[in-house]
Amino acid sequence: MKWAWRVARALITSQYALMLEYRAEIILWALSGVLPLIMLGVWSGSGAAAAAGISAQQLSRYFLAAFVVRQFTVVWLINVFEEDALQGRLSPFLLQPISPLWRYLTAHISEQASRVPIVAVLLALLGIAAPGLIWLPSAGALFFGVIAIMAAFLLRFLLQLVLTTFCFWSEKAAAIDRLLMIPYMFLSGIVAPIDTFPPAVKRLAMATPFPWMIDFPARLIAGEPVNIALGFTAIIAWCLLLLPICHLLWRAGLRRYSAMGA
Amino acid sequence: MKELRRYWHSLCCFWSSSIAAELEYPLNAWVELLSVLGNLAGSIFVLKLLFGNGVALGGWSWNGSLIVLGLYTVLDGFTTCVLQPNLSRIVNHIQTGTLDYVLLKPIDSQFWLSTRTVSPWGLPGIIAGFCLICWALLKPSSSISYGLPSSGALLLAAALLIASLIILYSLWFVLAALSIWFIKVWNATEVLRYTLVAGRYPVSAYPPALRLIFTFVLPVAFLTTIPAEALLGKSSSIWAIAALCVAGICLTGSRLLWNYAQRFYTSASS
Repeated sequence: MKWAWRVARALITSQYALMLEYRAEIILWALSGVLPLIMLGVWSGSGAAAAAGISAQQLSRYFLAAFVVRQFTVVWLINVFEEDALQGRLSPFLLQPISPLWRYLTAHISEQASRVPIVAVLLALLGIAAPGLIWLPSAGALFFGVIAIMAAFLLRFLLQLVLTTFCFWSEKAAAIDRLLMIPYMFLSGIVAPIDTFPPAVKRLAMATPFPWMIDFPARLIAGEPVNIALGFTAIIAWCLLLLPICHLLWRAGLRRYSAMGA
Repeated sequence: MKELRRYWHSLCCFWSSSIAAELEYPLNAWVELLSVLGNLAGSIFVLKLLFGNGVALGGWSWNGSLIVLGLYTVLDGFTTCVLQPNLSRIVNHIQTGTLDYVLLKPIDSQFWLSTRTVSPWGLPGIIAGFCLICWALLKPSSSISYGLPSSGALLLAAALLIASLIILYSLWFVLAALSIWFIKVWNATEVLRYTLVAGRYPVSAYPPALRLIFTFVLPVAFLTTIPAEALLGKSSSIWAIAALCVAGICLTGSRLLWNYAQRFYTSASS
């Protein structure tokens, strides 16, 4: 236990220091997540949201919350891992007495920590430009919202981990991840609130893991009525489904790994 | 003239070699095709939601918005074909110092950097975009039927599309060239790609403040909305002339910036 704590602290502090080195890049990555705000612009100009029973204030709160949720659930594991595996940098990591996945996981968490001030500044700027946009969520919504963001991140991480293990078999696994991005984009609630979907499509979307990654945490933070228990149960169930798949694929992949370039 | 032929010959060599290299990965073709069709289906679905109760989007009809979306898909395909594979490499050249070799070549460095490779994987997007435009033009809609545009409108639309390609290229090139000063901006072009998604919808669909930004700061309006207006035969001559002027200014701007930036290039390796 003590050992685990020491390793975790060492990994987190070193990865956080590394991420601070790249702060200029992280600012740019944060800026590249403006899609929910652009969609807010389109939706507020269209009468479709009002027709679905969503008021202008609900709409702006939803997309602003979706913007924040998206900022802290970005996963880029597959891009880094593909390069590490192709260039043989993975080999020394594999020799260490700890799975290299912990290194990638802590890198993601540190990156999110370094995003906090950037997102705060972006929100402050938005508040100055459009004062009606910013609001303070209730303490309960904030508390459950943060937990939901963390859970959503974990689910997203595991989902990409499944594809990441394909790197052991293919040199172009990141291309397959681009295909997974499409249902993620359109069914997660980044570009349109799930409530505006036609009922059949909505049922279909809810059966996938995607709405739980953006729509559920965003509506929690925005103060919409949501079934908190159902949301967390769904995320945990999906995680429990993905974990053994990841484990098996990872073990099978490692046996195939031939240390390219090393 | 001889100079022009030399550049043409170089271009043929560059592109045939890079296409041969890309065809080593046939699986990519299927991934690209699926991703283009998936993205298009998703975008049409969202557009359908936005038109939910039959209200026009910023004064645009359903068919008109489809044309805007088609133009966006064409431009995105062009980005994948030419801009992404070339201009995202400038940063690498600067970081590793291999820009030295580029500058030493007896060929214009901006030309070499912008045309060295081509990726065929943007073609599905370009074809799908043009198909969507044709379908939206010919499909009889319940409200207004546009029919075939006159040859004058087609010519104007083609000119404006070329102008938007030039604007897009210049934006990418300027951002990539900035890495001479800020070496670490390799993902600045990604930011550009994600904000240009705004071009999927006609610019009048946005609130006034965003409309101003998308016209004067980040010229999204000139990329998709104005060529689409020309195709629909409702373009105003002022905006058409403005688009052509913006294209000219952007191109000369990128040229001047590159000439200026080279003075600040201090080779990384030597």
